[in-house]
Amino acid sequence: MSRRIRQARLTQTLAVAITGAAAAFIVTAALFLLGYILVRGLPAMSWEFISQPPRGQMKAGGILPSIIGTLALTSGTAAFALPVGVAAGIYLSEYAPRGRMTRIIRLAISNMAGVPSIVYGLFGLALFVILFSFGTSILAGALTLACLTLPVIITATEEALRQIPSDLRQASLALGATRWRTIYRVVLPAAAPGIVTGSILGLARAAGETAPILFTAAVYYKRQLPTSIFDDVMVLPYHIYILATQVTGRPDDIIWGTALILVGGVTAGSVIAATWRSLQRKKVRW
Amino acid sequence: MTAPAIRRQRVGRSVTSRAADSIVRRLISLNGWAAIVILAAIFLFLAVNARRALEEVGFWVMSLGTEWYPTIPTPRFGFLPLLSGSVLVTATALVLCVPVSLAAAIFISEFAGGRVKEVTKSIIEFMAAIPSVVYGLIGIAVVVPWVRATFDTDSGLTALSGAIVLAFMIAPTIVSISEDALHAVPNSLRQGSLALGNTRWETTYKVVVPSASSGILAAVMLGMGRAIGETMAVLMLTGNAAVIPDSLFDSVRTITGTIAAEMGNVVQGGLHQSVLFTLGLVLFSITFLINLVADLVLEKQRRRWQR
Repeated sequence: MSRRIRQARLTQTLAVAITGAAAAFIVTAALFLLGYILVRGLPAMSWEFISQPPRGQMKAGGILPSIIGTLALTSGTAAFALPVGVAAGIYLSEYAPRGRMTRIIRLAISNMAGVPSIVYGLFGLALFVILFSFGTSILAGALTLACLTLPVIITATEEALRQIPSDLRQASLALGATRWRTIYRVVLPAAAPGIVTGSILGLARAAGETAPILFTAAVYYKRQLPTSIFDDVMVLPYHIYILATQVTGRPDDIIWGTALILVGGVTAGSVIAATWRSLQRKKVRW
Repeated sequence: MTAPAIRRQRVGRSVTSRAADSIVRRLISLNGWAAIVILAAIFLFLAVNARRALEEVGFWVMSLGTEWYPTIPTPRFGFLPLLSGSVLVTATALVLCVPVSLAAAIFISEFAGGRVKEVTKSIIEFMAAIPSVVYGLIGIAVVVPWVRATFDTDSGLTALSGAIVLAFMIAPTIVSISEDALHAVPNSLRQGSLALGNTRWETTYKVVVPSASSGILAAVMLGMGRAIGETMAVLMLTGNAAVIPDSLFDSVRTITGTIAAEMGNVVQGGLHQSVLFTLGLVLFSITFLINLVADLVLEKQRRRWQR
């Protein structure tokens, strides 16, 4: 065997080893993160922890108000972001002409996805909290998070719709259905799994955001549960931030337990959504 | 036998269904514009709120000022300490993250088998879903003590600590976008190179990586945009001293950290608040440009392979 070939093979082996090590390193880091949160958070888990409000300057008790607050805020986000996001996705996939304007819209969507979350916070503060006088409230926070989640939902909807074969649309149109009826009765039901999954992934990420709600929805401590959309709320991510940086002498259990609930909730949502989608995909064949 | 009565049937769609169709079309088209409207509104509202600071302090006085003392009787609003903090943390995070992420992307795209590929990708996706405040918490528990012990700093809350955690946070972005770029290179190019007697590695670095280079560049830029805009983890880890740093082991304060930490304590409508909105405007402009260029590059690359 010539030297060149031997050398080339050696380099090949080395290259695979080095790049493989890099991939393994990142995967290990991710698994370490997961394991670390689990190990430190599990001791805190108890019925009391998720069903009681905090006590003793947040050094004891549970995190019920934060859980409820996060759920309320995320539902609000869904209520605002889903209709607009799905409609925009439908527009891009079904109506938008191929042209310059559509290109600009697409650029705007992917640009929106890269706007820093704290900038959304400032925007929400200026528009919803101050100008619309919603104050620091679930409403203002949900609207702010809806803006942040919108690009994810639009992209997910558009991709899901694009996977529906055009035969289906043409068959429906040939039967005399209008464009909207075709979309509403044929295309949307077929694309629903993809749309729902993508949206849940986006909403799960919104549930974990802190920066956008710092000045629009979150409150340091509040004993009562929220009763209206104009109330401010305790939320899980902000609660973690507060516990980590402002509360001295708190037991570690509480903070890691809160982190575990947040990460667990976000991950569970994503995993359930992804599994459901792949099940649905197996059921439907074109 | 009577012939069946022939009812005259109206041909075509009913008036209502046609009307519904056109109304819905208009409604949906309106939503299509949402992204542009919101982007424009963000810029507008930041600018409106920044106006007072721009008039009373002046853009260049702020941008070139070297001191940030927002709460003393004659406040100083110099952005340079904050800008340099952001730049230092972001640059360090990129230096730590880019080589490893690109290597990992190459492995996933070029060498890994189907099963390994899928598992690796979904684990990295999980990493992207962890909230940034949790990254900050883990940084406080793991990275800060390590930095304090290893580099013998006072608190461990340094630019380096923030950068290390940021590197992990932006890794998923860089890995998945550059993996997409590598994956998009047509197989015919690989086969051509292999047929000429190149090994797979030679094919990778002589053919595949150069072909995907613009996509990889875009991946790094998007990672950079993420890093500059990241708020919570950086706020929790860098120590928040608003002075121009001398080294990686100094405490720094970033643009994002400053906005997050100070906006809660300002007088509404006051000068300080307006200055923070100006900071937000600067941050928005920086990330807008980075993302725009990256997206244009990605779009161009996508078109190239479509042909």
